[in-house]
Amino acid sequence: MATLTIARLRKRFGAVDVLKGIDLEAQEGEFVALVGPSGCGKSTLLAMIAGLETVSEGEIRIDGRLVNAVPPKDRDIAMVFQSYALYPTMTARQNITFGMESRRIPKPEQDEAVKRVAALLQIEQLLNRKPGQLSGGQRQRVAMGRALVRDPKLFLFDEPLSNLDAKLRVDMRTEIKKLHQRVGKTTVYVTHDQIEAMTLATRIAVMYLGQLQQFDEPHVVYSRPANMFVAGFMGSPSMNFIPALLTQANGALAVEFALFGGGVATLPLPYQPSRAPAGNRVVLGARPEHLFRYDEDLKSRKSALAAFEAPVDVVEPTGAETLAVLKLADRDITGRFDPDGAPRLGERMKVGLDMANVCLFDPADETLIARASA
Amino acid sequence: MVDAFQAEYLSSVRAERRRNALGRVAVYSFLCFFAFIYLLPLFVIVANSFRSLPEITQNGLIAFPRSFTFGAWSNAWSHYCVAGTCQGVKRNFYNSLMMTIPATIISTLLGAVNGYVLSKWRFRGSEFLFACVTLGVFMPGQVALMPWAFILGRLHLSNTVYGLILVHCIQGLSFTTLFCRNYYINIPDDLIKAARIDGAGFWRILIKIVLPLSPPILIVTVIWQFTGIWNEYLFGVVFTGGREQPITASVVALATTVMNAKAYDVTSAAVLIAAVPPLLIYFVGGKYFVRGLTQGAVK
Repeated sequence: MATLTIARLRKRFGAVDVLKGIDLEAQEGEFVALVGPSGCGKSTLLAMIAGLETVSEGEIRIDGRLVNAVPPKDRDIAMVFQSYALYPTMTARQNITFGMESRRIPKPEQDEAVKRVAALLQIEQLLNRKPGQLSGGQRQRVAMGRALVRDPKLFLFDEPLSNLDAKLRVDMRTEIKKLHQRVGKTTVYVTHDQIEAMTLATRIAVMYLGQLQQFDEPHVVYSRPANMFVAGFMGSPSMNFIPALLTQANGALAVEFALFGGGVATLPLPYQPSRAPAGNRVVLGARPEHLFRYDEDLKSRKSALAAFEAPVDVVEPTGAETLAVLKLADRDITGRFDPDGAPRLGERMKVGLDMANVCLFDPADETLIARASA
Repeated sequence: MVDAFQAEYLSSVRAERRRNALGRVAVYSFLCFFAFIYLLPLFVIVANSFRSLPEITQNGLIAFPRSFTFGAWSNAWSHYCVAGTCQGVKRNFYNSLMMTIPATIISTLLGAVNGYVLSKWRFRGSEFLFACVTLGVFMPGQVALMPWAFILGRLHLSNTVYGLILVHCIQGLSFTTLFCRNYYINIPDDLIKAARIDGAGFWRILIKIVLPLSPPILIVTVIWQFTGIWNEYLFGVVFTGGREQPITASVVALATTVMNAKAYDVTSAAVLIAAVPPLLIYFVGGKYFVRGLTQGAVK
């Protein structure tokens, strides 16, 4: 078990800045997910932690030891690759023992370790097969076995589930979570899938354009995203962004935006923003699940529920929930409704928005306008 | 009405078939004709190696065989006189083996290491280096004659099989490197990264991971090198003489001996003896050769 500390880390490929000063740390036993769209630098960051890429600037410490110049084999790490990277000419057992053989660990000790890991991952009956004879999920397990067997300080995953089909991916996600709970290794997990990041991580590092956008616990990243990029990236369907105006209504603070077919919605804001941006212009961020069909009963339970009317443009039932696209003056917003009392196509619906959960962003720099502490 | 229609349809089908058959006959006769022309020299050589010399001189070089004897074969192998020594081409056949086998193995292994470095351990300028190495593919051997004469002279390797081994190892590097590098470029880099994290070094990765994936390309390279080096004539005839010559050079010497009347039977047998090893290699490895040349990525 170990800690990982990354400070002011930079990476340049020629004239291109791939990483622009990353600060990150993982506590002992923590599961950190690096998430972001392709090209954000997350895989490069992982390769640098592994020692497969050189460091242009800054430092990487594992358990306090500076490892910038330490070769991969001496960093005491293990890595699971997106392609699994199993050695095709070796059996599963040989794949798992290859690292121990390279390190000249005595044979009985190797056998013991293989037995332990095979039992943990339930791959005992696959050990004598070659990768070509294994299914995707089985290869995945063997690849994890190869990583687990050496009992490394740090566990690195590079998009390990993206080559699996949808159902298997969900199963393996649960397996990885169980595995982490059981072995409790410090883990860095790269993914472009925000659901994987949300479900697995103890802390999420959202990256974009070579910069760390936010590094916090999943629920914080989700409910108080640091900026509009994070807000839009985490969550599916993504957060609705509505340009709006901060105003006063009945002596209290409110946000105001234009409705479809004329008219204005003025929704009271139940909290005080820490600052007012230029011209009082804000972007109202509302997640689809914070939209409801308005009724008095709901209002009595959610005091911050504010109502406005919008026509229903598209209805998409998924079974467990119904997604609907509603029209505002100059944009569409998506809501996530209970199938009971779901929106009907063409209806002009009275929508309730839970204002306690909305975010306000500054349109100038797209950052979150925090709530003023009471 | 229906019957008339059907009859017309059937007759059109029959006409179509006739046309097809005619076309096929034309294609096959065309192919047979060219195959015949292509194979005629081979037939003449094989036939003459079994005919007796008097019969050849009497009936001409190209004639249907009327006699059958193995005399020319044993003569060519161990008795015939070339440039004053009467040992046949046995010694030169042995020279060729002693030259071809080590040169093939060494140039193939060097090509594998080169290809491994140039595809999996890239460094600043490695692409340029690769371009330089592959330039050798397009360089005719004649260009290298003078430099090689100089080098072999300095190393005291002129007129030795070792000199020829050296020449062929270096001359073959361009091809073997090109083959191996282009094959290894398809081995996923993740395998190498995983092995590095697993604690394997440069040589262990080559021996344990890359070489076990290499048989298809190594077979191609070995066949290519073996036939190329065995059939090579220029370096053999320039850098060696008499007893040290490889078989290609000695067969030419044998055919152009002016001391006595031309022994077409012995010449034919000697040519066929010289052709046996590459043919054997091709029969054994030919299917891997075709497969290897067309094979793409490693799964």
